[in-house]
Amino acid sequence: MKHTLSVLVENKPGVLARVAELFARRGFNIDSLAVGTTERPDISRMTIVVDVAEHSLEQVRKQLHKLINVIEIVDLDPEASVARELVLAKVKVDKDSRSEVIEIVDIFRGNIVDVSPESIIVEVTGSSRKLQAFEDLVRPYGIKELVRTGKVALPRGK
Amino acid sequence: MQLRMTGAQALVRSLEEEGVEIIFGIPGGVLLPVFDVLYDSPIRKVLTRHEQGAAHAADGYARATGKVGVCMATSGPGATNLVTGIATAYMDSIPLVAITGQVATNLIGTDAFQEADTTGITMPIVKHNYLVKNPADIPDVVQEAFYIARTGRPGPVLIDLPVDVSRGELKYQRRDHPVLPGYKPTLKGHKKQVRLAARAILEARNPVIYAGGGVITSGASAELRKLAEENGIHVTHTLMGKGAFPESHPLSMGMLGMHGTRCANYAMCETDLIIAVGTRFDDRITGKLSEFAPKARIIHIDVDPAEIGKNVRAHIPIVGDARQVLKDLNAAVREMRSEVRSPDRSEWHALIESWREKYPLAYDRGSGTLKPQYVVERIHALTRGEAIVCTEVGQNQMWAAQYYKVDRPRRFISSGGLGTMGFGLPAAIGAQLGRPGEVVFDIAGDGSVQMTIQELATAVLEGAPVKVAILNNGYLGMVRQWQQLFYHGKYSCSCLQRERTPDFVLLAEAYGAKGIRVKEPEMVDQAILEALEAPCPVLIDFWVDPEENVYPMVAPGAPLYDMIGDLLYPVDKVHPEKAEEPFL
Ligand SMILES: Cc1ncc(C[n+]2csc(CCOP(=O)(O)OP(=O)(O)O)c2C)c(N)n1
Ligand SMILES: [Mg+2]
Repeated sequence: MKHTLSVLVENKPGVLARVAELFARRGFNIDSLAVGTTERPDISRMTIVVDVAEHSLEQVRKQLHKLINVIEIVDLDPEASVARELVLAKVKVDKDSRSEVIEIVDIFRGNIVDVSPESIIVEVTGSSRKLQAFEDLVRPYGIKELVRTGKVALPRGK
Repeated sequence: MQLRMTGAQALVRSLEEEGVEIIFGIPGGVLLPVFDVLYDSPIRKVLTRHEQGAAHAADGYARATGKVGVCMATSGPGATNLVTGIATAYMDSIPLVAITGQVATNLIGTDAFQEADTTGITMPIVKHNYLVKNPADIPDVVQEAFYIARTGRPGPVLIDLPVDVSRGELKYQRRDHPVLPGYKPTLKGHKKQVRLAARAILEARNPVIYAGGGVITSGASAELRKLAEENGIHVTHTLMGKGAFPESHPLSMGMLGMHGTRCANYAMCETDLIIAVGTRFDDRITGKLSEFAPKARIIHIDVDPAEIGKNVRAHIPIVGDARQVLKDLNAAVREMRSEVRSPDRSEWHALIESWREKYPLAYDRGSGTLKPQYVVERIHALTRGEAIVCTEVGQNQMWAAQYYKVDRPRRFISSGGLGTMGFGLPAAIGAQLGRPGEVVFDIAGDGSVQMTIQELATAVLEGAPVKVAILNNGYLGMVRQWQQLFYHGKYSCSCLQRERTPDFVLLAEAYGAKGIRVKEPEMVDQAILEALEAPCPVLIDFWVDPEENVYPMVAPGAPLYDMIGDLLYPVDKVHPEKAEEPFL
């Protein structure tokens, strides 16, 4: 099962390597990992999506906690948190397909951030499921390149 | 007060403030600023002959004294030579601070001469590590390193120090306490859990205590003994837990696991309550996991939450320091004793006694040949069980564990988790230097001891009169035993040809130690006594029965009740197909 862990870590060199190494060494699978700054300059937040059974999730959390630079770990409840991901996709277009692709982008409330004669680069944010749906819809036109950021998330309220 | 000084001076000053008495290591280019300052420090410097020796010696010092061991090595090969020693300490949760030199910060990442990514290489085998980039960070880093190494579940911490950082300047300033927002070990057990455990203990019919190295680390032996005695509960220990509970105590069942006693292993199969303290249900202990302790509820007390539920489900987990938790637990049991009716345990006690009587550790005493077990028994007798015993790895280690009974903590020192051949001799030197008044033995194998034999030079020069008792069977004996039992007797690359090389007596003497060879049982006592009397390091080369095996044994992957081979149960029940993963 997939879990989204929100991990607060000290903003120090090598912390990402420690986390990545731990996952590799203990045989835990990472679906995605996004790391960035927070409201505090000395703390970063990692949003890690892991695909593990309940029992090993407990191990993942406990082992992560043993890293000295890890301050807090929250297993985000999908109901009580907001999660977003961003995709950049370079989609093949010609004069016939261009307007169709733009229509799809509009439906997904995406933005066109670059235009060239044979392709456009589209930016879409949303839930992972929404991005997947978008990807599936534009695939027939030809995706030349694509990158997803991995999920970032915050708990709701409080 | 702020003092201007160099990074190297700040390092040494910080080490002094941590109370460091002794450092084991070898210098090299990028460490020269540090060694230059150390020269004038009261800290004792022990120059080993290999960095692995330095790490193991610091480790042995830590195990024997309970203090943090410190070792040092230069960048590149010096650091990589430390790796085995750091991993050994990591697996056994030993507090160690390793300091390595590093190339100058502007050269890092350029494949400079003797550059290795030491923090990267050691990341999976340390509790934490640091690459110091700013001289001003040194006091805090050293303080944090020692704090992390010795608190919670102890472990090795590495500090990688680029040469320009050692040479750079700073204003020395030391904090009162380290600032580590992500590090707060839980020491006190949850009250409700402790009460649940107390009730379970009172209600159990067939309880056993399973004690590990954590009992020794936390100094919980006295509390453990109260728990056992006040409730009449038998105790079994792991290899790391040897000495946590007196082995001569009537409630001791001895060691459990692969080469444990039948009594202890059978008790694990029948018990209805395991009280596991400071231990981690390693595969050498549990045997086949799915058949481990099928009737038992488990109380698991450990300072590392990640150990609880890792291999075996705990019914009553208690995270905390063993001594603290056992103290609370003893109090809770006393308090609740009047409320809870305990079942009659006389049948259980009788059963344990019957196993103990029926299945003592045994070997062929009438063979007339020199048996390794006999050698260990005689060392035990002639040192009155009071020596600090280090071991190498293999059969020698298991015979030492089986036949050198220990009654006090910190007297049996062995590489349990990693199983590092070559650990014993340098560890013995470290233990001896930490505990100068004690008799220190390394019960060694002929294979293992050759991995770090050069440390005899260190022992001689440092005046560490360690006694190395080689149980020389001419084989990588434990490998040979497995080949005999599980690989149809094909002794592939396990024979060491003792008749041809080396001559251990000459070798000892070449190093300036004393060498004695013993081939007959009648000569054993005299040799041990001679070694004990000698003020210098002594190596005794005991030529023991080459094909003696360690029994009893749970084949790898077999359940604990399925023990093979001792005098009463000859080796006719070996099922090689049962060995799921035969590996050493
Ligand atoms: C560094 C290292 N290499 C290899 C092994 C695998 N191994 C385990 S026991 C053993 C044999 C040890 O031989 P010896 O020291 O003579 O001890 P004996 O079993 O004969 O008492 C070997 C090779 C190990 N544990 N450590
Ligand atoms: Mg041998």
